[in-house]
Amino acid sequence: MSVQDYTSRLSDPASRKMGTFSYLPEMDDAQIRKQVEWIVKHGWNPAVEHTEPEHATSNYWYMWKLPMFGETDVDAILAEIKACAEANPGNHVRLIGYNNFTQSQGANMVVVRGKMV
Amino acid sequence: MAKKYDAGVKEYRSTYWEPDYKVKDSDVLAVFKVIPQPGIDREEAAAAVAAESSTGTWTTVWTDLLTDLDYYKGRAYAIEDVPGSDDAFYAFIAYPMDLFEEGSVVNVFTSLVGNVFGFKAVRSLRLEDVRFPLWFVTTCFGPPHGINVERDKMDKYGRPLLGCTIKPKLGLSAKNYGRAVYECLRGGLDFTKDDENVNSQPFMRWRDRFDFCQEAIEKAEKETGERKGHYMNVTAPTVEEMYKRAEYAKEIGTPIIMSDYLTLGWAAHNSLSKWCRDNGMLLHVHRAMHAVIDRNPNHGINFRVLTKLLRLLGGDHLHSGTVVGKLEGDREATLGWIDIMRDRYIKEDRSRGIFFDQDWGGMPGVFPVASGGIHVWHMPALVSIFGNDSVLQFGGGTLGHPWGNAAGAAANRVALEACVQARNEGREIEKEGKDILINAAKHSPELKIAMETWKEIKFEFDTVDKLDTQHR
Repeated sequence: MSVQDYTSRLSDPASRKMGTFSYLPEMDDAQIRKQVEWIVKHGWNPAVEHTEPEHATSNYWYMWKLPMFGETDVDAILAEIKACAEANPGNHVRLIGYNNFTQSQGANMVVVRGKMV
Repeated sequence: MAKKYDAGVKEYRSTYWEPDYKVKDSDVLAVFKVIPQPGIDREEAAAAVAAESSTGTWTTVWTDLLTDLDYYKGRAYAIEDVPGSDDAFYAFIAYPMDLFEEGSVVNVFTSLVGNVFGFKAVRSLRLEDVRFPLWFVTTCFGPPHGINVERDKMDKYGRPLLGCTIKPKLGLSAKNYGRAVYECLRGGLDFTKDDENVNSQPFMRWRDRFDFCQEAIEKAEKETGERKGHYMNVTAPTVEEMYKRAEYAKEIGTPIIMSDYLTLGWAAHNSLSKWCRDNGMLLHVHRAMHAVIDRNPNHGINFRVLTKLLRLLGGDHLHSGTVVGKLEGDREATLGWIDIMRDRYIKEDRSRGIFFDQDWGGMPGVFPVASGGIHVWHMPALVSIFGNDSVLQFGGGTLGHPWGNAAGAAANRVALEACVQARNEGREIEKEGKDILINAAKHSPELKIAMETWKEIKFEFDTVDKLDTQHR
């Protein structure tokens, strides 16, 4: 085994990551569905946000509507992800599960990856 | 009716053993594991411990009659067998609220584990658990930020955080040390850590280390687009020096510093924790010296008590043991004290060594840190044991990767995310761990090599400090 480098560069946009699951291959529809089910199972409030890739490090991405309080229909949640991505081509889209008991986010993952910058 | 003064030595039990006592919500409760000297019965030994850790001394004194001893004394109110032991028993003792200064962990422990531990009538003594009443909790400072604020500040959600202690512990120059930090962070770790004994030695003075590490953080942040930190150890020989280092860490814009709460001293640590909240700095807490205090099953202080004490003093992270790595730690006991660090209310649960309900009120939780002899193969077990609200730290398991720190970091990050993803999908990750990792390694040559490197390394020694259970 020859010694290898871990390739990441300031100059290479492919080096940019975006939190949980960004070191794994982009999720397919079936995998995203499972994660939505995880959020629903915990009683968290699903929400969808998006941003231009160049502003991805901001705390505040754009909300795609208000969080879906009390929504448990997995297909309805998936439909909002799709609608958000279609209305904002090229943007990153992330799925959040707001846990209102801890006032934190139980889940937060980018489900549609825009073009890295 | 006033009492008459009667000089001389009385049995402790006549004053300090009250089996009918009804515990008050405001009492501080403690349970000790006691092994008395031969010939001393349990009630007398328990009463002696209550007396010596509160108002009593060995003989009656006339000034006892100038106060209301019945109000101020601690009293032993229950005795229980210790499962699996013929010699030891548990003594439950209640202390009234007026015995303690508000907000002073130092004061509480100066009583509870003071002179009594050298008391000749007991052969050995161990403080197993303490119930802090809510009034006391609310007078203490608590974590500078707590788990949820740290998640917001660092922008990390839905998974354990990932760290690494830089090795070798001692002897690197500041610039080479910063290199090791940079490689880890760019590879995908959230944090790197100064080892506990890295302070400000001649080969690497603190200020040089802080400067180089900060450059490493900033470059890795630009490169990966994620937020990063290095626990800059401000543990120092004097409090003035500690503050000087903390102020400088703030000045250069670093997000987190660290201290060693036992060697630094509790008062100094409490002050540092307050400073951290005032200055928006996260605080990582190491526990050097804890095993001196907590490892002997018959004498000392159980780590669950040191855990409560730290949450009261304040800290955003605290080392908890790994269960699976190179350092001591019983699984059920560890599960008990990581709940004590994180949860709002913990119920009595003897199967985890928890003797009392503990209400933390609104006090934020502390991240437990699992660190010491862990590598990618441990990842499924760690995610399962610790859950999301934890920091998993792989030192050798990152730096020992054949391709270097960045590849080691990436391997751990991929393994972590794969386990979290699988868990969320409803899979049993401890059982299916091997499949999950092998599958993840298909997309990560770094993980594949890490798995080959550490395939056979396990640390399977029997635990010395186990929960007390019937074994016959």
